[in-house]
Amino acid sequence: MQDSSFRDSSLQEDSVSKAIALTVNGSPVSTTVDVRTLLVQLLRDQLALTGTHVGCDTSQCGACTVHVDGEAVKACAVLAVQADGGEVLTIEGLARGGALHPMQDAFREHHGLQCGFCTPGMILAGMDMVRRHGHELDERTVRTELEGNICRCTGYHNIVRAIIAGARAMAAGPAVAAAE
Amino acid sequence: MFAFAYHRPRSLADAVGLLGAHEEAKPLAGGQTLIATLKQRLAAPGDLVDLAAVPELRAIALEDGRLVVGAMARHADVAASPLVRASLPALAALAGLIGDPAVRNRGTLGGSLANNDPSADYPAACLALAATIVTNRREIAAADFFTGLFETVLEPDEIVVRVMFPLGGEGAYAKFPNPASRYAMAGVFVWRGAGGSGEELVRVAVTGAGQGGVFRWAEAEAALAADFSAAALEPLGLPAEDMIEDIHGSGAYRAHLAGVMARRAVTRMAGAG
Ligand SMILES: Cc1cc2nc3c(=O)[nH]c(=O)nc-3n(C[C@H](O)[C@H](O)[C@H](O)COP(=O)(O)OP(=O)(O)OC[C@H]3O[C@@H](n4cnc5c(N)ncnc54)[C@H](O)[C@@H]3O)c2cc1C
Ligand code: FES
Ligand code: FES
Repeated sequence: MQDSSFRDSSLQEDSVSKAIALTVNGSPVSTTVDVRTLLVQLLRDQLALTGTHVGCDTSQCGACTVHVDGEAVKACAVLAVQADGGEVLTIEGLARGGALHPMQDAFREHHGLQCGFCTPGMILAGMDMVRRHGHELDERTVRTELEGNICRCTGYHNIVRAIIAGARAMAAGPAVAAAE
Repeated sequence: MFAFAYHRPRSLADAVGLLGAHEEAKPLAGGQTLIATLKQRLAAPGDLVDLAAVPELRAIALEDGRLVVGAMARHADVAASPLVRASLPALAALAGLIGDPAVRNRGTLGGSLANNDPSADYPAACLALAATIVTNRREIAAADFFTGLFETVLEPDEIVVRVMFPLGGEGAYAKFPNPASRYAMAGVFVWRGAGGSGEELVRVAVTGAGQGGVFRWAEAEAALAADFSAAALEPLGLPAEDMIEDIHGSGAYRAHLAGVMARRAVTRMAGAG
């Protein structure tokens, strides 16, 4: 299993802990964190939700994109304590039973991934586009909106196709209401 | 990160109190700059005072002929606000160009101004629009607020509460973003309107380029006051030795780019008018 690159075990003796309670993928989570813990570290290291990836040290790649209270954020640029009381949605929270979320299914259908490292962030960013721009997305909008999500494999063409198709499918699919 | 204590006060008075009570305390807005700074250990605040739960900091309203934007209004809020889009469309457009959607969902006006990154967008809007920055203690004209690279006149326990933008006139912002970070390689905000006694006034603010951070470009303002056209800017040049020189571009490149952005902003306005 991969380790987050931000783990920082020095200066433990000074650390301040705080109890937090939040909802992650619909389930309540109560835990105590060092206040320095990033949201992505809480998800990956404490909750073992390793579908949220860490691809950079500068908050530029978007591999760690999750939703907090329905909005896309970079989980490497949010402290876990800032999400206290909030609702977090990660890639693990999208499928219902055996059925993929329409945006996930569109990525499979349109081959919107190669290695898959950027994919969880791409899918959650795509869903955030639907929240703000509706279900009919044009190519230009999607390409502009992807400025904060980097893919090193695909060349983006199929990611753009997948998001446009996924956005349409979300209008029809019942999974939308369940997931959002 | 160095260790710190975390506070989430529920009122402005409590936030100010916490900042005053702790020697090395810092406000936390969206964390879109501060958390990266903490990760790199470039800052070591003993206490973080999270402003997210202070209700009065988020509002966007029209008051006395001015647009008033709360310090905790996020870039996404400003970009999407019908009030901002109707009253100061150039400001809404600028907010929509900051970073990327996830950054805009967290980053704030107050955090951007307090940080005064030499490549940040909002400082250019504040200078060109002659905004007033309101803190818990005083009102500060934008012209007096920014004092250098990552420097402002803010005191350690002073919080930006809201920013007042005068309405009237017409403005446009043209930005050339760094393709990786989205920060401005050069960004120019041009405003044209009436001054105090009704005379025609032009303000040109440049960000991303100057070694001292955001600045007013006096020669461009004078040229545009005489002839408001992109052609009037053609003969002008910024001194390359005063511009930022880094791996992304030389001083000469940035000086040229600032000129191009200024002409684009003017063309957009002249075209629209
Ligand atoms: C990938 C990426 C791309 C970006 N691209 C751009 C861009 O293109 N253009 C641009 O302008 N910016 C850009 N930014 C920065 C972004 O706009 C941030 O929102 C901004 O720098 C401030 O962040 P924040 O509001 O989250 O404040 P924080 O990071 O929480 O705080 C920043 C500083 O301001 C202080 N502070 C915060 N609020 C207040 C207040 N109300 N009163 C007094 N002090 C306060 C804090 O103590 C801290 O020192 C980018 C950031 C990232 C991560
Ligand atoms: S890991 Fe968060 S943006 Fe790269
Ligand atoms: S599929 Fe490999 S990084 Fe996008």
